[in-house]
Amino acid sequence: MTQSVLVVDDEPNIVLSLEFLMKQAGFDVRVARDGEAALKAVEESAPDVVLLDVMMPKRDGYDVCQAIRANPAWNGVRIIMLTAKGREIEKEKGLALGADDYITKPFSTREVVDRVKSHMKPQGSA
Amino acid sequence: MLHSSTIIVVSFAYLCLLFAIAYWGDKRADQGRSIIANPYTYALSIAVYCTSWTFYGSVGRAAEGGIHFLPIYLGPTLMAALWWLVLRKMVRISKVNRITSIADFISSRYGKSQLLGGLVTIIAVIGIMPYISLQLKAVSSTFTVLLNYPDQAATRDVAQLPLLWDTGFYVALVLALFSILFGTRHIDASEHHEGMVAAIAFESVVKLIAFLAVGFAVTFLMFDGFGDIFTRAAENPDLARLFHVGDIGHYGDWIALTLLSMVVIICLPRQFQVAVVENVDERHVRKAVWLFPLYLFLINLFVLPITFAGLLLFPPGQVNPDNFVLALPIAHQMEGIALFAFIGGLSAATGMVIVETIALATMVCNDLVMPVLLRLRWLKLQERKDISGLLLTIRRWTIVIVLFLSYLYVRLIGGSFTLVTIGLVSFCAAAQFAPALIGGIFWKGATQKGAVAGLVAGFLIWLYTLLLPSFARSGWLPETFITDGLFGMALLRPYELLGLTGLDPVTHSLVWSMMANIGCYVMVSLLTQQNAMERIQATLFVDVFRPSGEHGSSRFWRGTATVADLYALVLRFLGRERTERAFRLYAAEHKIDFAKVTQADPDLVNFSERLLAGTIGAASARVMVASVAKGEIVGLHEVMEILDEASHVIAYSQKLEQKSAELEAATAELRAANERLKELDRLKDDFISTVTHELRTPLTSIRSFSEILHDNPDLDAGQRQEFLLIVIRESERLSRLINQVLDLAKIEAGNMQWTFTMIDPREVVHDAANATRQLFKDKRIVLEEKLPPDMPMAWADRDRVMQVIINLLSNAVKFCAEGEGLVQVKLEAGNDGYEICVIDNGPGIPPEAQPTIFEKFQQVGDTLTAKPEGTGLGLAICRSIVHRLGGDIWVRSAPGEGAAFCFFLPYRSPE
Repeated sequence: MTQSVLVVDDEPNIVLSLEFLMKQAGFDVRVARDGEAALKAVEESAPDVVLLDVMMPKRDGYDVCQAIRANPAWNGVRIIMLTAKGREIEKEKGLALGADDYITKPFSTREVVDRVKSHMKPQGSA
Repeated sequence: MLHSSTIIVVSFAYLCLLFAIAYWGDKRADQGRSIIANPYTYALSIAVYCTSWTFYGSVGRAAEGGIHFLPIYLGPTLMAALWWLVLRKMVRISKVNRITSIADFISSRYGKSQLLGGLVTIIAVIGIMPYISLQLKAVSSTFTVLLNYPDQAATRDVAQLPLLWDTGFYVALVLALFSILFGTRHIDASEHHEGMVAAIAFESVVKLIAFLAVGFAVTFLMFDGFGDIFTRAAENPDLARLFHVGDIGHYGDWIALTLLSMVVIICLPRQFQVAVVENVDERHVRKAVWLFPLYLFLINLFVLPITFAGLLLFPPGQVNPDNFVLALPIAHQMEGIALFAFIGGLSAATGMVIVETIALATMVCNDLVMPVLLRLRWLKLQERKDISGLLLTIRRWTIVIVLFLSYLYVRLIGGSFTLVTIGLVSFCAAAQFAPALIGGIFWKGATQKGAVAGLVAGFLIWLYTLLLPSFARSGWLPETFITDGLFGMALLRPYELLGLTGLDPVTHSLVWSMMANIGCYVMVSLLTQQNAMERIQATLFVDVFRPSGEHGSSRFWRGTATVADLYALVLRFLGRERTERAFRLYAAEHKIDFAKVTQADPDLVNFSERLLAGTIGAASARVMVASVAKGEIVGLHEVMEILDEASHVIAYSQKLEQKSAELEAATAELRAANERLKELDRLKDDFISTVTHELRTPLTSIRSFSEILHDNPDLDAGQRQEFLLIVIRESERLSRLINQVLDLAKIEAGNMQWTFTMIDPREVVHDAANATRQLFKDKRIVLEEKLPPDMPMAWADRDRVMQVIINLLSNAVKFCAEGEGLVQVKLEAGNDGYEICVIDNGPGIPPEAQPTIFEKFQQVGDTLTAKPEGTGLGLAICRSIVHRLGGDIWVRSAPGEGAAFCFFLPYRSPE
């Protein structure tokens, strides 16, 4: 089964680039443009990794992260926060809410791919 | 047969007994074991009211007018019922203020007025003189009667005797001696003359028993009881008239005499002395209320029987009825009873004379002589070490002089009158004190001027209608003064003043004098103002039963003095022993060590003044204390100062309150400023954080796609082209953002370059509309321009104004639905400037977002696109520009009904 990534961001160009990168890395990619859409997508099918932007209209990234962590069924979902606000407090807040990793924008494309890969469960175990 | 030596020896023995009692009483008082501290002694001492007038005169009066002697006793009996109300209050006031006499009392009440004290003293001395002379006359004439037995001829006219043969003269001398012995051994007059009171009480017992003995002897030994006497009197046609109460005129006299005696029971100086000054416990008043009337009843029990007996037994005109009490036992050879009666009469007379002269001496000394002496600076009285000796000397001489004057009165005038008539003249004078005295303790509004006016008016009328006529009747003034009036004017007849006829001279005088007295007292009091001291004293007197009464005056005393000065001052008047004791007690009571304290507090100043007041009267004490206390008497000025001070304190506290309110306000402002600063700091952080975010977002895209392009050289041309375009657009966005941030920063910091020119606002609006027309076309949104046909030119920066309009138009496009949007740009010219509005039919702006919409990065999310385009700085820049150009910008919107962004600019913007 193909490993899946959910890309969540309100910036269309960033979504576009991440979508390209994840597809290139061989993951099954879905995208969401805001928090609500993201949760809907998770409900449809829990992805292996969520690339989650923090600053979004409607429900922001923290909110979505909390909602995912609140449901034990989604324990396996890995959450990587993306933020353009490079302050420590935001990083800590995200981790405290149950995020698994944290990437600051602008990011290195290779690093993003590596990180996502590192959070994927080993192939074949699923 | 009584020998004159027997009478004299017995009399002297009796007087010595009295003195022994007095001495013993003083001794016991010094030891603290008072013999007079009981209500019975108190009531008996008040019975000093019953003088030889009562003892001999009642019978004389009854012989003239039957029960007409009674009103004099009825009045006090009625008054006694009111004592708990009136007398107790006076006692309390006197204790608190260390009052020494009625003059002191009245002076003290009306602002410690020396004038009033002196006035009362003068009235008292002149008014009471006849009364004392009455006693001298009684003693000397009864002595003569006793001596000349059995010659019952009417007593000879004393005026014809040479001075040295006149017993009255010796009686006066002896009484003066005893008065001095009784009353002026001590110096502190406010201390009770306990020995004197004891002697007086004893005398009251003696005179009562003596009178009862005579009455008993007459009624039951000479006759067969009351029934026998009255029956025989009723059978005698000459006496029958005495059983009638009399005509209407007599009723008037009755009422007048009753009222008169009601007030004099307190107003006579000696009655004030025993009832008020000598009172040791105000609870005694309660028992005296019925004990004293009982005494009066007993001593009057045998008046009528003795009168009738005398009239029945003696041929008319042979014996003066005033002497019946003595003559009846003599006529029946009852020598013992006769002697006892004489002693009783002597008791009545000496008691009165001793108390009266002591009271008068105190008054003359404290309220008349001392104030004058203290004013005579050449006497250097204020510097003398010990004045107590001087005070005693003054009092002793006063006693001698008063008795001598009284003797003169009886020798020159008294012969023409009965005892009672002489007494009533004095009563009338004493009654003049009543309005000021009684009014003073119940009516706070009574003023010093009112009291003086009343006293003077009443006294003058008394002088004119009673005293001067008595001189006339004795031949010292022309008889025509009485019959024709002064200067022969009928209206000025002293006994029929202003044509008032049909009244007994005493009633007549009483009516006129009291009318004048009360009238002046009330009217002048109402018309004049009290000074500060009067107000204070009035309050202390009228409100004496209020809890603060006792120490009430100290708060009005503003002076300061050293303890040493006060001590030295008191020492001079009270002597070392008494002064030391007083100060020691004060120190113990107030827990003060005088060795350590040098400055006297107002309380001590007050205490010293009260000590002195007890010796020299309130008015003089005030002057003396003033001489050592700086700051002195509280005048109106000073009271105003105190009041001022109080109002200053109030004003000050108000100021403080205001200050603290201001401080609070300042604190609140500071807090608000601090909050604002924190808010600004937070906003700055937010701004930086937001700018960072806004910058990183396009940067992220640029970097991502650059890396993708770099890492994937094999991308197809279409995708490559797409990604490159993204890089280019995001770069543009980045530049735009950087420019806007810089713009904003420049405007806010005032570093922006402005180029002012004359502009036609219509042209600027039109150009801006043209510049954005492509945006509208792209989203198929209608743009309407509404421009006025004609309007003034304006002075402004053309590019900036256009920037604002373009920004608003771009926003409108963003928020309008594609293909359905309608945007109006409207220009209106006003008087001072012009208004430009950009109105769209988009979703509108929620009310909660409106106040902050012009703040930086306050983008309103909308439902049309996931994220509003733009930097979030556009409106903030618009606002900065408009404000810089001297205008204002605002938004009107309701959700779902579009929004109208308007700004106003003046025709001439400040450069």
